[in-house]
Amino acid sequence: MAELSAVSSFLVAAVGLAVPLALAALGETVTQRTGVINIGLEGSVIWGALGGALGALAAGSYAGLACGVSTGALAALCFALFAVRLGTNQIITGTAVTIGSLGFTGAVFQSRFGATGIALELPTVAALEVPLLSDIPILGPALFNQAAPAYVAYLLAPLLAWLLFRTRWGLALRAVGESPDAAYAAGVPVIRTRLLATVFGGALAGLAGAHLSLVHTGTFAENMSAGKGFIAIAVVVLGRWSPWGVVAAALFFGAAEALQFALQAWDSELPYPLFLALPYLLSLAALVGWFGRARAPGGLGSQWPRARG
Amino acid sequence: MRRSPEIVRGLLVALVGLAVTAVVAAALLALGGHSPGATFAALIAGAFGSWDRFVSFTLVRATPLLFTGLAVALAFRAHVWNIGAEGQLYAGALAGVAVALLLPTGAPLLILPITLVAAAAAGALWAAGPAAMRTRLGVGEVITTLLLNFVALFLAQFLVQGPLQEPRGIFNQTDSIPEAAHLPALLPGTRLHVGFALAVAVALALWLYLARTPGGLRLQTVGASPRAARVSGRFRATPVVWAAFLTSGAIAGLAGWVQIAGVTHRMYEGLSPGWGYTAIAVALLARLNPLAVVVTAIVFGALSAGGGAMQRDAGVPEAWVRGIEALVILAVLATDRCWQLLAARGKGG
Repeated sequence: MAELSAVSSFLVAAVGLAVPLALAALGETVTQRTGVINIGLEGSVIWGALGGALGALAAGSYAGLACGVSTGALAALCFALFAVRLGTNQIITGTAVTIGSLGFTGAVFQSRFGATGIALELPTVAALEVPLLSDIPILGPALFNQAAPAYVAYLLAPLLAWLLFRTRWGLALRAVGESPDAAYAAGVPVIRTRLLATVFGGALAGLAGAHLSLVHTGTFAENMSAGKGFIAIAVVVLGRWSPWGVVAAALFFGAAEALQFALQAWDSELPYPLFLALPYLLSLAALVGWFGRARAPGGLGSQWPRARG
Repeated sequence: MRRSPEIVRGLLVALVGLAVTAVVAAALLALGGHSPGATFAALIAGAFGSWDRFVSFTLVRATPLLFTGLAVALAFRAHVWNIGAEGQLYAGALAGVAVALLLPTGAPLLILPITLVAAAAAGALWAAGPAAMRTRLGVGEVITTLLLNFVALFLAQFLVQGPLQEPRGIFNQTDSIPEAAHLPALLPGTRLHVGFALAVAVALALWLYLARTPGGLRLQTVGASPRAARVSGRFRATPVVWAAFLTSGAIAGLAGWVQIAGVTHRMYEGLSPGWGYTAIAVALLARLNPLAVVVTAIVFGALSAGGGAMQRDAGVPEAWVRGIEALVILAVLATDRCWQLLAARGKGG
């Protein structure tokens, strides 16, 4: 019985840790499907965490979530105005947005709350128990006794899978990512599609960030995003740019992280940093083609229109 | 004749970019309730206020940025988007420290050259995976180099918590490296070590290589137009891409070990505060020119050295430094791009 509850609490932790990764990666999937790689996603996550904290202090935890979504979207808009509208290099712009977001969130946080080192206490978003479903043994509590953002992820995965692969709208979006010239010739507004998809990705990354501050920790700390935005990009690769794959990959990353905490708690001699490296190595393996061919969108990272001069 | 407008353009873009950064940063500082004048004064005093501040702080902080900045500049010249300098830095640091700790202490004169070679080799090895994936399988290097940064970080964590941990077993760090592996001081009485001179030498060598050798020309041709290089049939692009990856990785690997051998004398988690990423700003501001990287690395070294003084003397959180770094990148990118667009319009294109 004790072992069963250990498994169950491991699963609860794994799903909880997977939720922000799944949210950010679902958004980045849509972004990358339009040919934009937003390495500034980490910036959206940290702005989401700070926005979530400030919003929650002002008007409660759910307002915090909404606020995190908006701040994350704004960070991505900043990236998109440079990299998509102006046409600057996506990789360099994304790096700048990440560095700047980590810096400026720290600056805003310190000027608002001082550098005293006293942890900020935020109103947290409570878990919502789904009746009946949460009574399923072992899996029930893990999947259906989570905070609201988890359910957003559950709903978004099938919705995005349908939108991307079963609608004309999704076809146009993917065409922009595979071959922007062809999409443009067919009358698809390339720049607008890329802008909107990038902002959408940022909004979800912002929700992921707010999840970190309002569900996981109940506080904000500088650099608390701790690479979650970068991990989300790895999740997109491992999930092979498909919403269902991304959810599975996020669960895998979440499980690896949960295992780390479990191992630390048991004071195990197992080298947990190596467990943490495992999902990254598997993402690389996915790129090499160990699990069938994982192919990035054809126009990923490319400037459009092409620079002349 | 044809080179001078390029240099003028580079200088103008860098200066306009820095001016825009200063204006935007001043506005943001004022918005945040800080005095821009006092902040900049504290920053400049912290970085250039005295000979010792400049040498022992600014130049020491510039050294890892110089190595990683050169690594990024070389790779980007060949259109190899290596954003894995951070991981390659850690690979080099780990290899250097492992060799220094495990090597029998009988040959004190050899220990520095051996560790430097080991660090460069480890950095190159860390870049070899993405190189193979790109040249053999057509997998873009942006994601692969990024993923390997995390693998390197976790590998470092594992090693300093386990096999390489100090014998006391208290902190997650290695033992001190033997004295023979320390890089000597460059200027007696300051903290500046020989690593800075080594980095400047690498910059000179890279500049000569790019500007004066057929190999350098090939590298830039592949970078400027991979398709043209292929179609021309004069040389194969693959070896050039490999060379760019490996050299870039090796230089980034040196950054990590030189920091340990010259400054910290031991390896620990979080050795680098993100030099591999700041390097992108360093290289970009220098327009990927190795000699200009020496200057821009010092600019960013000054920002880092001045950040502490800014916090202490003007009460402005050090986090602002990273914000300003980002502003530099965005301002330079935007200035350069606007220049490009205006030039294209001027030609009627």
